[in-house]
Amino acid sequence: MAAGFLARERTIAPPGWSRWLIPPAALSIHLAIGQAYAWSVFKTPLAATLLPGNPNAGVLTALPFELGIIMLGLSAALFGTKVDANGPRWAMVVASSCFVGGFLVSALGCYIGQFWLVVVGYGFLGGIGLGIGYISPVSTLIKWFPDRPGLSTGIAIMGFGGGALIASPLTTQLLAAFGGTGQGATAAGVGQTFLVMGIIYAIFMSVGWLLVRVPPDGWRPEGWTPPTTGVLAGKFDVSARNAIRTPQFWLLWVVLCFNVTAGIGILERAAPIWTDFFGAGAAAAAVTAAAAGYVALLSLANMLGRIGWSTTSDYLGRKNMYRGYLGIGALLYLTITLTTNSSPVIFLICSMLILSFYGGGFATVPAYLRDLFGTYQVGAIHGRLLTAWSVAGVLGPLIVNAIADAQIAAKVEGPARYTTSFIIMIVLLAIGFVCNELIKPVADKFHEERSTATTGAQA
Amino acid sequence: MTTPDSTKPATNTLVIGIIAWLWVLIPFAYGLYQLVIKIPALFAG
Repeated sequence: MAAGFLARERTIAPPGWSRWLIPPAALSIHLAIGQAYAWSVFKTPLAATLLPGNPNAGVLTALPFELGIIMLGLSAALFGTKVDANGPRWAMVVASSCFVGGFLVSALGCYIGQFWLVVVGYGFLGGIGLGIGYISPVSTLIKWFPDRPGLSTGIAIMGFGGGALIASPLTTQLLAAFGGTGQGATAAGVGQTFLVMGIIYAIFMSVGWLLVRVPPDGWRPEGWTPPTTGVLAGKFDVSARNAIRTPQFWLLWVVLCFNVTAGIGILERAAPIWTDFFGAGAAAAAVTAAAAGYVALLSLANMLGRIGWSTTSDYLGRKNMYRGYLGIGALLYLTITLTTNSSPVIFLICSMLILSFYGGGFATVPAYLRDLFGTYQVGAIHGRLLTAWSVAGVLGPLIVNAIADAQIAAKVEGPARYTTSFIIMIVLLAIGFVCNELIKPVADKFHEERSTATTGAQA
Repeated sequence: MTTPDSTKPATNTLVIGIIAWLWVLIPFAYGLYQLVIKIPALFAG
């Protein structure tokens, strides 16, 4: 158990503590760890300075991001119970330490020319920070906003999606200031960028663990009583142990995995994709600026999709939303594949919608799980489902980068580098669409006795 | 039983709240500003 300042008991809110102080605490964590979505800005400088002439630079520079996403899923699944036991302050301090530590180790790796340290630092250590940081504010917000769970979790999850909006221009400017990019770029310049960003995030995230509080036992918003009927009341409960024995869990696992794979494939290689599609004949500085803007636009779409589509799912239903994410997503990929670089506007609209569906998929899945398995152990089930994110974090970038590297080696130029990988994405989305159609209500034999579920939920 | 570590009166909560929201909204506004000024570059050339 955490002791002293970090102990859960020390974070119980005093009388008069406003619950509206919790969203900025959560945002200070999620806006920071959402930096992961701006990883692609680091790819070209790392390839140029630490991996010059390496034909597998595309795949190699994706490794820190891929490992980070793997560790995000694993640490969310493994440490979920510990986070609940030790409280949000402990979790936020651990998350901040790991995330910032990842930047510092990466900086060291750049200074001494060891790329593997960037992989271990940013990917492994930073990835643990991502996972613990991701789940901690979400569960705390749910406790403070039982009357508005969608709004509260939407704010935090939107913050995670919007982190790149800050990190993308910040990284670009720091890399330019420290000589980590452009003519004569040095690994020390990239390292200095990692170092300064680590310090900035350490300060920024401190507000999260200083401000976060948990509500006292039995606390309710003024004038609010828990609903006894309707969707929010829940119809039945399934334990986490039973949930993973149901076909519904694994069908949804595939749905989430392939929906994330489709989005992450573009996201992780966003800057190089823009350069390959629209960089021919343009000045290097202009292309770099446009690519950074493209990364930021994707981040905005990802962020808006989280709160927008998740809110819409309350009216249209979870299954219908995933029909859209997967079905329309496949059509959007087909449009990009067919129109290639003929219109930047069409390309932007399609890729932004794909990324909004990616974000929407993340934000809608807790409600989908609640619909299928009830509220009894939905957090633990969610943690297990996030392993789909880990798999997708490898699958998406691997498909896009491996094929792009092979195409580059074969002297293929422009959008044609991505045709095969985009077709694979269409197939994956189609498979996900079918899996979503196969999801039916969970069989009675997996339901918990209501008394058991109630006791367990209060434990 | 351990007491909560914050004993500041509720009136201070408003000030803390304003600072906390500015803490996250100012960087976010910076990100949005950087986004807006980059949009023309996406369509140049």
